[in-house]
This record gives sequence, structure tokens and C-alpha cells, in this order.
Amino acid sequence: MSVLFHIGRYFLLLRETFGRPERFSLYWSRTVEEMDLLGVKSLGIVALLSAFMGAVITIQTKTNIDSPLIQAWVVGFATRQSTILEFSPTVISLILAGKVGSNIAAEIGSMRVKEQIDALDIMGVNSAGYLILPKIAATMLINPFLIMISMFLSIFGGWLAGVETGVVVSEDFIQGIQAGFKPYHVVYALVKTIVFAFIITTISAYQGYYTKGGTREVGISSTRAVVYSNVVILFANLVLTQALLL
Amino acid sequence: MITVEGLDKSFGDVRILEGIDAIFRKGCVNQIIGRSGSGKSVLAKCMVGLHRPEEGRVLYEGRSFHDMNAEEKRSIRQRIGMLFQGSALFDSLTVIENVMFPLRMFGMMEKEEMRERANSCLKRVRIIDKDHLYPAELSGGMQKRVGIARAIAMNPEYLFCDEPNSGLDPQTAIVIDELIKELTEEFNTTTIVITHDMNSVMETGEHIIFIHKGRKWWEGNRDELLRSDNKELNEFVFASSLMRQVKKAMISNS
Repeated sequence: MSVLFHIGRYFLLLRETFGRPERFSLYWSRTVEEMDLLGVKSLGIVALLSAFMGAVITIQTKTNIDSPLIQAWVVGFATRQSTILEFSPTVISLILAGKVGSNIAAEIGSMRVKEQIDALDIMGVNSAGYLILPKIAATMLINPFLIMISMFLSIFGGWLAGVETGVVVSEDFIQGIQAGFKPYHVVYALVKTIVFAFIITTISAYQGYYTKGGTREVGISSTRAVVYSNVVILFANLVLTQALLL
Repeated sequence: MITVEGLDKSFGDVRILEGIDAIFRKGCVNQIIGRSGSGKSVLAKCMVGLHRPEEGRVLYEGRSFHDMNAEEKRSIRQRIGMLFQGSALFDSLTVIENVMFPLRMFGMMEKEEMRERANSCLKRVRIIDKDHLYPAELSGGMQKRVGIARAIAMNPEYLFCDEPNSGLDPQTAIVIDELIKELTEEFNTTTIVITHDMNSVMETGEHIIFIHKGRKWWEGNRDELLRSDNKELNEFVFASSLMRQVKKAMISNS
């Protein structure tokens, strides 16, 4: 019953969020600010994780397929496929759920407990729309760019680690990342990214928006935002993979 | 004028307000007093539409707020200014941006005009040369005054103040009381102040409503309050020996 209550309230909040904006220009300027806060400021962690993860994927792939029957370029191929299909869109989204999701829930939750959301409502502002819609728009616009950067850096990290450690020759790796490339896989990854961005933002905003109590409850909302976003991302990942790849 | 008719509000099984009837007059400071937990803040939140009552109506100039459609509610809310207990200023905005916020959202003004209007509101509450600071850099009293400046930025017809003196020293509290009274007279607003500060009641109490156990227990003005024989009201208002002495002195003077 409680789950149904939350699902119902989540969709009611979404309906409010997508209500008519009071002033489009104000919403747009907030969207740009949020793109910087939630997207550009996440670039560092995304870049770091991607490069190291790509390096690890390359080395692990090599150690697992070290056989004369398997050609050397397969290492580059496996790194590319793991990165584009799963690592960049899903794992980076899970990381972003931790960073961005907790940020959103804490910010909106603090505004709730300090009566700032009540102040917006009393002014006649659609508080859900004003606070949440720019965040949704921002993450759905900026996250695909973050993920594309992640894909590039992960494959680059894999190449660098592979060549530097001597597990793969540069030519073989480059041949591998070009072999059987399907542009649709990038489309699939970007569709997943956009859906995950929506999930992260709306679930975290929901947790923050309905925070009751004080600072302790803001912390609880923040934790819930991360946990529930991750669970829903994993479920959506399965559904999207079946729907888009099979 | 705001009229409240037969207002009932519960949270779960707990009845908070029961059958509240009241008229809040224009151009005067209407005070709602009562013990902590008596339901006075819930009453104010029902009046501004933050809570929906189970029974009863809140009428703005004769029109029921809760029966209005979303657009009509929004239009009424744009005519309401509210000062919150904790000021509720937006942390990420500077003082001037906080005051300009409702103007940016709804005002059909140019940026310079908005800035001028915000500056005049800040001047009105005696905040000068602080417009670039963030709320966290201001004292509690200053935050309240900025909260008032934001509340009056749109020239509200209805001004709600939730415990405007809480957490303030007596001198600053008096400044805030005087400011609320001046603004009420100047803009002819219907002002509703929720308070349990008895100094404030004695200073500005033109129309007082005492809420006890979720019901309207007593209603009157300051002079009537001094002479009332209502047991619960007297226990609340004259709980301290100082207030009992004030009562004696005021009655003997009059």
C-alpha cells in the first residue's frame, strides 16, 4: 500500500512539475545554471572513472582471453563494446545517481524544511515546476554529452593502459575498436542515458520535495534518493536492453 | 477582508482545528495567539492554502479560496505576502535577488524598475547597503526585515506573519512590530500575525483571536483582553508575574 502511495504521489508530482511555467525565460536561465551545477561540475569524476575503468577493462580482457585462438584485436573490440553498451551509460549513470541525486534531494529537502518551498507556493509559484523542471531538462540535455566524453575517455584509457603495459599493440587495439562497429549501439547508449537522467532527477527530487522534519530527515531523503534511483536504473536497464537490443 | 467559516482540520486521527469562525479586518493588525501546538500556525496555513481543511471555508473578499480553480488561487496568492518564522529567504540568492524574486516571476517590469522597487522595499524596512549579501551573512532581525521586504514587494493586499518576533531580542522585536503596523496602515492590508509574544500583543493588538485546543476561545481587542475574565486566556496571557503587573498598571491607569 505504501509503495502504491509513493508511486501515485510521484506521478502527481510529475504532473505538477510539467505544468505551465510562470516565466519561460526564468526557467531557461535556471536550466543553464543546473547544466553547469549537475553536468559540467560532474565532468571531473566522470573523466577520472572512465579513463581508469577503460584501462582496467582492457587489462582484464587481455588476461581472460589470452589464447592463440583469439586474435589480438579482440581486446580493443571488447573494451569498446563494454564501454559503449554498459559501462558508460549504466555505470556512470549509477555514479551520477550518487553525486547528482544526493545533491538534488539535499537541496530540495533543505528548502522544504526551511519553508522555502512554502514561500514559493504562497507567492503563487508552481514550486515543483520551478525547482524540478530545470533540473530534469538540464540532466537530460547534458548527460548524453557526459556519457559521450566518458565513452571516448574510457576507450582512450584502455588504449593507453594496453599499449603502455604491453598487453596489446596499438594497431591491434585500434583495429579492434573499429571492428564491426554499429552506430546504433551509441544511439542505444544515449537513449539509456536520457532515461536514466530522468530517473535520477525525478526520484531524487521526489525524495527531497516530500521531506518532513529537519536536517536528519534531509540526510535520510538524500540516501533514499541514491538507493531508489540505483534500483530503478538497474530495472530500467534490463527493460531497455530487452526492448532496444533484442 | 478574510473570513473563516467553520474550519476543521485534522492530521490523521488528531483534530487540530475545530469549527473556527473568524473575520480578519482590512487595515488592522489581526493577531492569532495561543499556546504552542494550539493550532494557530495550522490555521494560517489553511488560510493561505498550504493545508486543505476537511470542513469549512476561507473567503477572500467573499470568494471561497478552496473552491477556486488553480488559476484563481494563483492570482489570490500573488496578492498575499508572507513572513515566515524562519524568514524562508532563498539561500542561494542575495538580499536584492530575494526581494526581486516575486517581481521577476510575476512583475511585468524592466530589470532596472524591478531593482528600484526592490531597493525601495529594502529602504522601507531600513536595510541599507546590504543588498549584495546572502541571507546567511545577515543577523536574525535583518533576515526578518528582508523577509518583510520580499513580502511587500508585490504590494500585497493580505500580509501573513508567522511568529515574526521569535528568536529576536526585545528591541529588534519592537522594531519588527512597529514595521508591521506601519505597513498595514500605509498599504491598508489585511494583516494576520501569529504570535505568542505578549509584548507584541500589548503593542499592536487591535484585533486578537485566542486559539485554545483547536477552537476559537476568545476574541477582542487589547483593552478587552486586559479586562477579560476568561480563565484559559488569563492563564496564557498573564502567565508571568511581569505581565500580571502590566495588567494591574494598565487597568489602574485607564
